[in-house]
Amino acid sequence: MNTIKKLLGYVWMLLAPSIILFLVYEAYDKISKAPAALQSNVILQWVIILLIFTPICVGFFIFGTYASKGEYE
Amino acid sequence: MRQETKQNNIAFVIGASSVGTLIEWYDFYIFGMLATIISKQFFPADAGTAALLSTLAIFAAGFIVRPFGALVFGRLGDLIGRKHTFLLTLIIMGGSTFAIGLVPGYATIGWAAPILVLILRLLQGLALGGEYGGAATYVAEHAPAGQRGFWTSWIQTTATLGLFLALGIIILIRTNQGVENFSAEWGGWRYPFWISILLVGVSVLIRMRMSESPMFTKLKTEGKTSTNPLKESFGQKANFKMVLLALFGAVMGQGVVWYTGQFYAQSFIETVCKVEFVQSRNVMLIAILMATPCFVLFGWLSDKVGRKWIMLIGMLAAVLTYRPIYKEFINITSAANRTTIVDTRLTSTMTSYPIYDAKDKTKIYLKQQTDTTYYDGSIFKYYRTDTIILKAPRDETRPITLINPDMIQYSSPKPHLLVEKTMGHAAYWDMIWLVFIQIVYVTMVYGPIAAFLVEMFPTKIRYTSMSLPYHIGNGVFGGLVPFLGTLIVEFTKTSSNPAGDALAGLWYPIGVASVCFIIGLIYLTNKIDKNVMD
Repeated sequence: MNTIKKLLGYVWMLLAPSIILFLVYEAYDKISKAPAALQSNVILQWVIILLIFTPICVGFFIFGTYASKGEYE
Repeated sequence: MRQETKQNNIAFVIGASSVGTLIEWYDFYIFGMLATIISKQFFPADAGTAALLSTLAIFAAGFIVRPFGALVFGRLGDLIGRKHTFLLTLIIMGGSTFAIGLVPGYATIGWAAPILVLILRLLQGLALGGEYGGAATYVAEHAPAGQRGFWTSWIQTTATLGLFLALGIIILIRTNQGVENFSAEWGGWRYPFWISILLVGVSVLIRMRMSESPMFTKLKTEGKTSTNPLKESFGQKANFKMVLLALFGAVMGQGVVWYTGQFYAQSFIETVCKVEFVQSRNVMLIAILMATPCFVLFGWLSDKVGRKWIMLIGMLAAVLTYRPIYKEFINITSAANRTTIVDTRLTSTMTSYPIYDAKDKTKIYLKQQTDTTYYDGSIFKYYRTDTIILKAPRDETRPITLINPDMIQYSSPKPHLLVEKTMGHAAYWDMIWLVFIQIVYVTMVYGPIAAFLVEMFPTKIRYTSMSLPYHIGNGVFGGLVPFLGTLIVEFTKTSSNPAGDALAGLWYPIGVASVCFIIGLIYLTNKIDKNVMD
């Protein structure tokens, strides 16, 4: 079980930046596709989403680091 | 005799803590429940979905600041004590809720309206961020060892009961006032905000009679309280890793399950299934009422079998059944597979009436309502508003029936169709059961969580340490369910499928709960910490 905990730690470490990259890609995609009249609204929505989830993903990365080092054994 | 006094004491502790927490939840939820009306009152009239999304964003903002409230008030609670801190949060909460009810609409003060509402909403969120951790810590620190899950589960019922109270008051006022008076700028939708000040007053009086937590008092007497709770909670690896585990292994999943069952369900029934306002809320009320005792049941059970498995089973059940449940909501409320009553005396009654535009004298709105009755007792009402533009301003002395086709420049440039469904008895109860199942999941993940969190952290930094993960999990992950759910559905809308995929919004709670389930399964322990005086 301890090996699984450590190995999964690396998965969380990879997942955290992947989520941020996915959100940045989606933000770019949705903002560029938004009609001009709604653009400011769409930008605001994505800025909020990115501001919220980026620090959470950083926390998730730290969690992964701890797990990979066997801190949760 | 001594045992009886102890029981009475803890009953008072729970009662006093719960009343305040219940009112804070009430204050918090009336905003979400009145989102559709608030979006019309505080944003430009022609903003449509953008206004609703902005209102939901303001609603979500109240959740997002909750972790900051947890830091501010958690620190205060670990420094000066539990009692005074959650008295303060209660007063801030009540005051800002009351003030929301006083803000004039967009029609009167323009953009100042949504800005003021946003500021008050942020204050609400900050206060709530400080409240829950304090109440849960306070009750847990009074509870006897081996019964912590049972006693703290009463605190857990307050979030649901607050929702219940908010729903009940809104329905009562709306039913008495009628839709138009209720939705007017200074209409009945403001009353639930004003009522809050009375409830808070009563609660403050009750809480003034409470004494400080015995564990905190002991620490204070011995001079062992923390001097810097924030640094000790998040600056030391031994504690910070537990904060992260609590968040990613339990609370984020609990948060999305809670908000999907108690919020997204109602929004889905109303906006996607188009079930009539009062009936959709009655569905929620009955289901919540039936499921609420399960909070205490699972809290009690967690003292016997441990917290972990109850929470994880609730999470897994939610992940596996959300999509079938919501698909069934659509099936139940669909016109397909229903038999229309063909007797003309009972079915498809159509009424139409004209409304003159007050400013533009060339414009006339033709409102049309068609009611279709089905054998199962369901009634679907279809509303359509056509616009007629005249070639010249109308003669006000002339009845509308005398306007002939030659006078019309064009009609129905933008027809609009609204559906409102009142479900028959069987469909109504099917919906109640489907919501009930989701609330049972909520009780499984939420009933044991206060005891679980309290046992994870030491007394001197407990308020701070447990408040932060709780409010990131609930405030951020959970609070964003309605907003992100609506947004994801918007993304699926295309020109070939303008309605989009109504079930797509569920991927957010399903995804978060799945990751949380795996982390909880692998990393959490099922051991109950008997001694929390450390």
